[in-house]
Amino acid sequence: MVQRVAQVVVVAVTKPSSVKTDQHQGNFHWSLIFVGVLGVCVPLMAAVLPENRADVMYHAYSGGGLDVGGPSILARKSIGKSTSVWGNYYVDTITSATIDVVTSASEYTEERTEKSLGADYLYDNTTLSLSYTNSVENDFNANSVNIGISQLMFGDLTTVTLGYAKGWDVITATGRPLVEEEADRQKYKLGLSQVITKNLLMGFNFETITDEGFLNNPYRQVRYLDGSGGYDKEFEEYPKTRTSHAVAMRALYYLPYRAAIRGEVRGYTDTWGINGNMAELGYIHPTKQGWTYEASYRVYSQTSADFYSDLFSTEAEFIYRARDKELSTYSTQTIGLGVSYEFKKHGWGFLDKGSANIFYNRIQIDYENFHDLRVTGVTPGTEPLYSLSADVFRIFISAWY
Amino acid sequence: MKLLLSILVMVFVLTGCSIKPWIEPYERANLADPIMNFSRDPVASSYINHVYEAREGARGAEGGSGGGCGCN
Repeated sequence: MVQRVAQVVVVAVTKPSSVKTDQHQGNFHWSLIFVGVLGVCVPLMAAVLPENRADVMYHAYSGGGLDVGGPSILARKSIGKSTSVWGNYYVDTITSATIDVVTSASEYTEERTEKSLGADYLYDNTTLSLSYTNSVENDFNANSVNIGISQLMFGDLTTVTLGYAKGWDVITATGRPLVEEEADRQKYKLGLSQVITKNLLMGFNFETITDEGFLNNPYRQVRYLDGSGGYDKEFEEYPKTRTSHAVAMRALYYLPYRAAIRGEVRGYTDTWGINGNMAELGYIHPTKQGWTYEASYRVYSQTSADFYSDLFSTEAEFIYRARDKELSTYSTQTIGLGVSYEFKKHGWGFLDKGSANIFYNRIQIDYENFHDLRVTGVTPGTEPLYSLSADVFRIFISAWY
Repeated sequence: MKLLLSILVMVFVLTGCSIKPWIEPYERANLADPIMNFSRDPVASSYINHVYEAREGARGAEGGSGGGCGCN
């Protein structure tokens, strides 16, 4: 029955091709590709909405002089059979004494609050998604809208997802009243999830992001040789546009006993000259007593932006200049450990089940052309290279209802 | 060329519509296990992706979770 409907749709779409104009032929191709990609094909099992679930998390990051902590509360609830709504309230309380701060300013504390609302609408095997996010801190205000469409096809074995997001940022700077800048961001996402065998699931993601506007940090400065054996500083200057492309492949494999391994690789390139690679391996091991243990190892490396320099030769040497360590050449290693305990598996009141979870990550970052300016009394450029270690905790309780 | 492309796309669409799943529903027990989920806990994976995005120059293609402002 569904196949017949699909055939009718295909016939209807192909009909204009008898009109042999370039314009109609162009429409014909795109229409067919649209039908093919969205898969007006034989669904054997229906798509479902995400589970009704609430999570209350405390997160903490500590490393390199930066301490960030706060709550994140995420709740999702179905309304009727085809709509699911969700909301997220997230807070970062930040105390910063990073190397940038201690070498050019003084320690500060600030707070960022992020609120998101979203909805998913399910029609047959198609899920339409819409969400809005607002993020506020004293010198940065960001708003973004995300839309997406996800289609389940080929007997529930393939899911194709298309997404688009648009963001609007307003940037100001404490102590620099003349700074009030804007930046617009757009994201284009393509995702494919494919069941390969009864034990292997693979995913492919591609994302292009374009930024336009004021993209640098209004506080950060670069340094340049002052001609008398020392160095001086001036504010960074970034290009007004940035376009990046990222592609990722991931896989999950169910082992002969009840456990899973996962792997992921990602490649990245952008118009600022940064090229990055990431690889991650993970192992998930549940027990019959309700415990789930998880371990992971992740490596990441990147090249520096074309306009990055640890030490410029003169003042305003180039139009664009940066000394952001995240734009330098460096590599990171991350070890992750996690344990979850599932409780009340047979329900309790209106709850179906719950879980308590703690995840810990240790991140080691080694910079290759970013020097530690806390070391003084040496020739500029000969300071030791900077490195940092960070501890990241996620502690949360989840409830399904 | 356009005719050839049209035929190829037609073949793709019609063949796609006739593909039968090679894994029967009764063979999907392992795939349905909660551990076979790329983003088992959205609140946690969203946060760690945010940490990586803040500490790394690369961005995007993180997978199912995430969102937010992508702010600095």
